[in-house]
Amino acid sequence: MTQKSSWFESPADADKRLAEVGYLSDTATSTTSYLAGALEKPLLVEGPAGVGKTELAKAIARATGADLVRLQCYEGLDEARALYEWNYKKQLLRIQAAGDQSWDETHDDIFTDEFLLTRPLLTAIRREEPTVLLIDEVDKTDVEVEGLLLEVLSDFQVTIPEMGTIVAVRRPLVVLTSNATRELSEAIKRRCLFLHIDYPDSEREREIVVSQVPEVEEELAGQIVEVVAKLRGMELRKAPSIAETIDWARTLVALGTGTLDAAAIDQTLGVILKHASDHDRAVRELRLRAR
Amino acid sequence: MTLLDRHIEFVEALRTAGLPVSLAEGLDAVRAIDVLGIEERETLRAAYAATLLKRQNHRTGFDQVFDLYFPLLIGDGYRIVPGDRHESEDPEDAERSGLSGSDDLVGQDGPQALADFREALTDALALGDPDVLALLAREAVQRFGLIRGRGPGEQRWSSYNVMNRVSPDELVDEVLQGMGLATDDDPAIRRLVEAQAQVFERLVDAEVRRRAAEVRGPQHVARHTIRPGIEQVDFTSARKADLELMRREIQPLARRLATRLSREQHARPRGPLDFRRTVRASMSSGGVPMETRHKPKRPGRTDLVVLCDVSGSVANFASFTLMLVFALREQFNRVRAFTFVDEIHEVTDRFETSNDPAQTMSELAASARYASLWGRTNYGRAFTRFADQHPDALTPKTNLLVLGDARSNHTDLALPVVKDLTYAARHSWWLNPEHARNWNTGDSAAREYGRLIPMVECRNLTQLGEFVHDLA
Repeated sequence: MTQKSSWFESPADADKRLAEVGYLSDTATSTTSYLAGALEKPLLVEGPAGVGKTELAKAIARATGADLVRLQCYEGLDEARALYEWNYKKQLLRIQAAGDQSWDETHDDIFTDEFLLTRPLLTAIRREEPTVLLIDEVDKTDVEVEGLLLEVLSDFQVTIPEMGTIVAVRRPLVVLTSNATRELSEAIKRRCLFLHIDYPDSEREREIVVSQVPEVEEELAGQIVEVVAKLRGMELRKAPSIAETIDWARTLVALGTGTLDAAAIDQTLGVILKHASDHDRAVRELRLRAR
Repeated sequence: MTLLDRHIEFVEALRTAGLPVSLAEGLDAVRAIDVLGIEERETLRAAYAATLLKRQNHRTGFDQVFDLYFPLLIGDGYRIVPGDRHESEDPEDAERSGLSGSDDLVGQDGPQALADFREALTDALALGDPDVLALLAREAVQRFGLIRGRGPGEQRWSSYNVMNRVSPDELVDEVLQGMGLATDDDPAIRRLVEAQAQVFERLVDAEVRRRAAEVRGPQHVARHTIRPGIEQVDFTSARKADLELMRREIQPLARRLATRLSREQHARPRGPLDFRRTVRASMSSGGVPMETRHKPKRPGRTDLVVLCDVSGSVANFASFTLMLVFALREQFNRVRAFTFVDEIHEVTDRFETSNDPAQTMSELAASARYASLWGRTNYGRAFTRFADQHPDALTPKTNLLVLGDARSNHTDLALPVVKDLTYAARHSWWLNPEHARNWNTGDSAAREYGRLIPMVECRNLTQLGEFVHDLA
């Protein structure tokens, strides 16, 4: 029994609408995206760099016609940058401009909406239009911010001491992405749906390359994907990601390469491999240079 | 059995397999299934995975348990959906797998059947079509996997039987020849074909588990055959495939540890007040210093000397620990590594930053011969030689780390030398890859050495990661 959700109608619908905005997903991705909308639970997306985690959030926003609010996490991110902050310079001016006004009046005056700087989390909660809230690279933050996120993500409400509790008018769809540089706390994981995006199979990757780089010829795309699959089979420090595959396809198109031979791979290998040792290994194992 | 019972049992089995599934997560799963319906098996799997699975390294275990509780088909290959035809009667499938209609072949085993089957498998490995491989795996278990001499209801299947008869590893060469390539012409293609062969092996394993679950119930099978995640596999009992997975796990583990360490260093008590930056920061609040700025605290970094037993039994453990230590080398001031069997040999220079892990491992293995004179582990002699040849290695700022199982073939333990070494070093630890219950059995000198150097059990990547984190 399928109940209608304001985001996607069914996994198949999610699949179709994501594809329409240029994001080719697999069963797990579209089912989980659908569930995130239907159950109104945050979606935690994990996976290696460059497989389209952030892109998924953007695609969901595009596919559902929602706006995207983005919170980029970094070390040292705090409440003032994530949630809200009082514009104290403006408050200072207001106090100076008050003149003979009594303190009580001024006090009530300076803690109003006018002096509130809303940051991404509060913005997303207060919006009345459909919103996708992207919390990017959540593993980069400190543990304290995780605690803050817990409150926001479980109840979708924020308490500002001077103003009272602000409850979400309309629950945003939350997407958290993580590169797994550290373990997130169990409490956060428990509240989220979990999706691991991995490198796609060659069939899907070819479709992605063709859809992202329309100028590339089918045959060349096939060759590109084949070489990338070989590279991922090797033991590299950093396996090429989808984003790098697409960059490579663009490079080859720009260079006017018709077919991918050893010389062409050798010249452009720097686009997909970013470590000198990986480079050497690929040259050796793909037999790019005659010895 | 109702669907709810099935769900509860499934969640129970996941917990037994080591996945921490909470009550709330179970409820979420039920809600998700309620929304999605249960018509599609892969959707059901995705719903369970999204709600119950919170760590990617649990994925293998999850999939195995899921396949046991929600099998794709039952019996000899009839789909669960009634009215569907016999799987391999499907002309298209039969054609794709290269096997003729299987009714006359089901359960049949003979030289001709085997030859036909191997030919079909060779084609499938070359094409790499996952559906055909799954079909063939099912065929293989049905034909070659049955353990003979058991009555109905008592049947057992064995993946060993299948692998023994079909031996897909041998087929890899044939596949490559079929492609017109010499055996070691293109290592990249060879690896792809080998990966296909491994996929086939896993499919056969899964099929055997499914058949067993039908006869003996999924709980029984889940309890006995699900392997723990790669981070829980013992170094000493790891298979070849496990070792490769572990080696790939080293870099991410080192990265996670490094992040954790730098984070903790930042969180430590702050250094002295940075007056200049405090005044500068006060500008934005009209000269009122609302936030103080501090100088960072200088982290104290230590030297590390690692002594590794690289004799056959513990070589894997030693090389994993060395790789992890060197991956974290910026956390230490200076790292020196020595390997020994009965002779000491310095290997610090094998760990160049740019070298890739696979190459480092093979170089380490090659260098083991310098560490061995007679080839029998002799801890006493190794320690003595170390004290003689490298008296300058240990300083009051140095931490000493010994890796080995303390099995010294009943030779002299050179305890006084070890005592001197521990006095020379700041701290010393001994990592033992054996389970603590096996210490002091046989020729193990764990107790004797343990009195001088604190001995820590370190059997898998999780324990290793924890120890190295505390060390840095």
